[in-house]
This record gives sequence, structure tokens and C-alpha cells, in this order.
Amino acid sequence: MRKGLKQMRKHWQFYLLIALPLIYIIVFCYIPMPGVLMAFERYSPSKGLLGSDWVGLQHFKQFFASPSSTRIIWNTLRIGLYSLIAGFPIPIILAVAVNEVANKRFKKSVQMITYAPYFISTVVLVGILAQITDPRLGVLNKIIELFGGDPINFMGNPKMFDHLYVWSGIWQGVGYNSVIYIAALAGVSKELQEAAVVDGASRWKRIWHVDLPSIRPQIIILLIFSVGNVLNIGYEKIYLMQNDLNIQTSEVISTFVYKVGLVNADYGFSTAVGLFNAVISIILLTTTNYIAKKTTDTGIW
Amino acid sequence: MAGIYVFLSAVLVIMLYPLIYVVSASFSSPDAVANGKVFLLPVDITTIGYEAVFQNQKIVTGFLNSVFYLVAGTALNLMMTMLAAYPLSRKEFYGKKLVTGIFVFTMYFSGGLVPSYLLMKNLGLLDTRAVLIIPVAMSVWNVIIARTYLQSTIPDELFEAASLDGCSEIGFFLRIVLPLSKPIMAVLVLYYGVGHWNSYFNAMIYLKSPDLQPLQIVLREILLLGNVDMTMITDAAALEKMQGLSNLLKYAVIVVASLPMMCIYPFVQKHFVKGVMIGSLKG
Repeated sequence: MRKGLKQMRKHWQFYLLIALPLIYIIVFCYIPMPGVLMAFERYSPSKGLLGSDWVGLQHFKQFFASPSSTRIIWNTLRIGLYSLIAGFPIPIILAVAVNEVANKRFKKSVQMITYAPYFISTVVLVGILAQITDPRLGVLNKIIELFGGDPINFMGNPKMFDHLYVWSGIWQGVGYNSVIYIAALAGVSKELQEAAVVDGASRWKRIWHVDLPSIRPQIIILLIFSVGNVLNIGYEKIYLMQNDLNIQTSEVISTFVYKVGLVNADYGFSTAVGLFNAVISIILLTTTNYIAKKTTDTGIW
Repeated sequence: MAGIYVFLSAVLVIMLYPLIYVVSASFSSPDAVANGKVFLLPVDITTIGYEAVFQNQKIVTGFLNSVFYLVAGTALNLMMTMLAAYPLSRKEFYGKKLVTGIFVFTMYFSGGLVPSYLLMKNLGLLDTRAVLIIPVAMSVWNVIIARTYLQSTIPDELFEAASLDGCSEIGFFLRIVLPLSKPIMAVLVLYYGVGHWNSYFNAMIYLKSPDLQPLQIVLREILLLGNVDMTMITDAAALEKMQGLSNLLKYAVIVVASLPMMCIYPFVQKHFVKGVMIGSLKG
């Protein structure tokens, strides 16, 4: 303790430097935190956070009793799992393919082009999606008509929502998400690869037994984060893709929290639903991390 | 081997086709787009879509607002992130573990949407330009990336030697750390810059005044809510013509809005890859 004080006095300028960032974190991240208490009360701005009437678990009961809750939770889980299952392996496949390319220029071009969509904004992405799939003017339907099919209202079809959301997300993120694997694959020992080839391993055998195992730590860490984020799906994008026709399958917990909380100003109920989402996410993250630690010795903490 | 090239070429086609189509459609005549004549290259080349974009006062205002939020926001982000990353990278900083813990905890838990909204309201930030800059002044994830970078590039001996020569912590920060941090600052500028340019959600919930709206909000109105002013048109032929033009305007505005980031990223790509790599280090 005394040593600490001495060190603090000697290096006092560090505290001056970090003061502003620390104040920022306290004001914008910690001050709103007690606000989760709203989930357990009938919040009234005039009575304040601690003066409002406590209602216990009423908001949670109300949420689980409402017929829409099952649908919203199911939508969240379904879209989240679909994104995970389809979206997680594809960047790894791309990275392995890029790593096999000998021609440097082709390799660079592939990387450059696959990164590009990452820099497009969510609004523009959904705008492109809406333009291309437009039932009357969109090129996708023009192509369908060319082959004698009937135009499809993709954005207005509840059955199409998941596919549009997930695959447009993969289109946008696959390049960016493969960067980390490409870099890790570049670091795989050449001697190990050559040894495998000398031992008569085919390309696939070498990829499967040498390359993939060497990037296992990266795969596991990203998998833990992805599983932890299954419920935190991109509400910004989902919100933009929603319309009256697809709302049955497109309403997820986070968009519901926004509508109930800020549009309808039902603060307590909205916070309760958001808290439910956050708690499940933390449980998912810790559980996956625990399993990964136990089985593979790799974890995020 | 050929299989890999075929696979990757197919990937390239899928990645590029939507982008090429949007650009081609934006330069084609409204009729050609509406009648499905455009598939790959522009048909009946015209720039009326772009003229409509630059005559639209809302788009121009939004664009300028976004430039302001981008420049001011990124400058503040850079300052805050480096101010936090430097002390956290030094072992001489007593309380480093505690402060890191305080920072990192916010990545896993937050008060949620409503409490944040009420905070903005209480701070008087609602419907001000500052609300798109100050509440997002720093991202903890980027602080961790910058700290990891500083830890691995600036040796302890350098700090100790400078200390012996009477260089203070702030002096060391200004004269040694910042000049050596150019690569990581490029990464930070890219990450924060893209974030500012592309975000819409905070503007949607915190801003009301039309003259403060960033480009993404204007884009949302035009592209997704279909708010293109057509009230003055009465006869059917003119209406159809107007609809064709508004469709063209959508393609043109997509191009205009995405162009700045598309032009910048190839130049900073190598830094960006580096940023992902540093971020992937456990630390």
C-alpha cells in the first residue's frame, strides 16, 4: 500500500492523462447502469429511480405471459442461430481457399474485393437489398421474369426474412471476418506442411490435419464470442429491414425493446426485456467459455 | 488447384455483382432500369440521377453534417483512446489492473437503452450535435487494441531511460509515444471514421431537427421509407416519369454515400488488417 502511494506520487501524471477517459466511462457507462432497476418498478421520472413504486417481477411476468413473447424469443433465437451456423464457417472456408492461392496478385485482389462490402453502411446495405429485390423494378425479379417466373416480393415475405438477413450479412462480413484466419494461416509452419506432403498427404488431408488445427485457438475464441452474441443480433439492420408484412418473423428482442421503451415510453417493461436479453447473453458467453476451457484449454478469460 | 480458382472466382462474382449493378443502374436512363434492360453495364448513359442527388438540399445538408460528425468525432475519439491506452500500457501505472477492469466490464454489461436515453436527456444532449460525438467519445475495444499495440512496440527500457533523463510521463507521451504510434492511430481513425460515417441509430433516437441529421438518416428516408417528395405531380405520365427518376436517384445516392469510404479503404487496408491482428491478441 505504502509502495503504491509512493508510486502514485512519482507517476502522478498518468492519473492526469487517464482522468478524462475515466470520467467518460463513469458518466456514460456506469451512471446508466443502476437504471436496470427500472425493470423492477413502475418508473416515474418525477419520483426518480429510487422513489418509484416497486413492482417486483411484474414486468417479466407480463412479458412471458404475452402471446408475442414466445414469437419474439423464437425469432431472436432462430435468426441468431441461423447467422451463427451459416455465418461462422464461411469465413474460415474463404480463408483456407485464399491461403491455397499461389498467385500473389489474385490473392491480393480477392482480399481487397471481399473486404469492400464491410465499408458499406447498414442503411445502404438494406437499401441495396430493397432496390435489387423490388417486386416491380428490382433486377433479381427481372432475372426471374426472364426465366419465366413470377416476381417475388422478397422484403414483404415473412418466410424470406431470415435468408435475406443472414445471407446479406455474410455477403457484407465474410471478407472482414476472414482476415484473422488468413493472417493466422500465413503463420502456419511451412516445415510442418512440407513434412505432411512428403508423407504423402493430399491437399485436403493437409488442410484438415495441419492447417486447420494450427488456427484452432482463433476459431475457438471467435466461436465463444459468436455464441455469446447469438441473442445480440444486429438490431440496427433488422429494424431497417422490418415492414408490416414481415413483422411476424422479423420482430426480435432488441427491436421490441426499442419500440416499447422509446416509442411507447414504457420504460420499466422495456428495461425488463432488455435485462432478460443481457442476462441470457452473459450466461451463454460464460457457459461457452467454460466448455471451451475444459475441453480445449482455450478461452477468452 | 483449378478448383480453388473456380471457387474464388465465383466468390468474386457474388461479391462484385451487386456493387457493379448499383453503379451501372445509377448511370442508366430511368426507363432502361424500369424495363429491366440493365443487367451488367449502364444502358443509355445519363447523369440525371446524380444531378437530382446534388439538387436535393436534404442530401447535401446530410452529407455536410456527416462530414462534420466524422471529423469532430474521430478527432475526439483519437485523443481519448490514446489518453487511456498510454497509462494502461505502462507497468509503472499503479492501479492499472483496477482501471482496466473498470473499462472492460462495460463491454459485457450496460444499463440498456432506456437508461442511456434518460441520461442524454438529463445532460441536455438531446437534439444537439454533441449527442453524436460525446456519448461515443471512446470505445473500450479500441482502447484495448491501442494498449496492446503500445505494450508490444514501446520497450520498457525506453521509458526508463527517458525517466532517468528527466522526461516526465506527459513528455514521454507527447515526444515518444505519439510519434511511434502512427500505425495504430491510422487503424483507430479508420475504425472510428467508418463508425461515424455509417451509423444511424443514435441519430434516429437522439436527434429531431432536420438540419442536424447525418446522411444515413436522409438515406433511410429516401431508400427505405420512400419519402421522395412527389406531391406536386398530378397526371399519371408525369408521375410514372417521376417514379423512374426517384428510383434512379436511389441508386445514385447509394453510390454518393458509399464513395468516400470505398475510396479511402484500399489505402488504409494494410493498417486495417494489422488492427484486426492486434485485436485478436489476447491481452
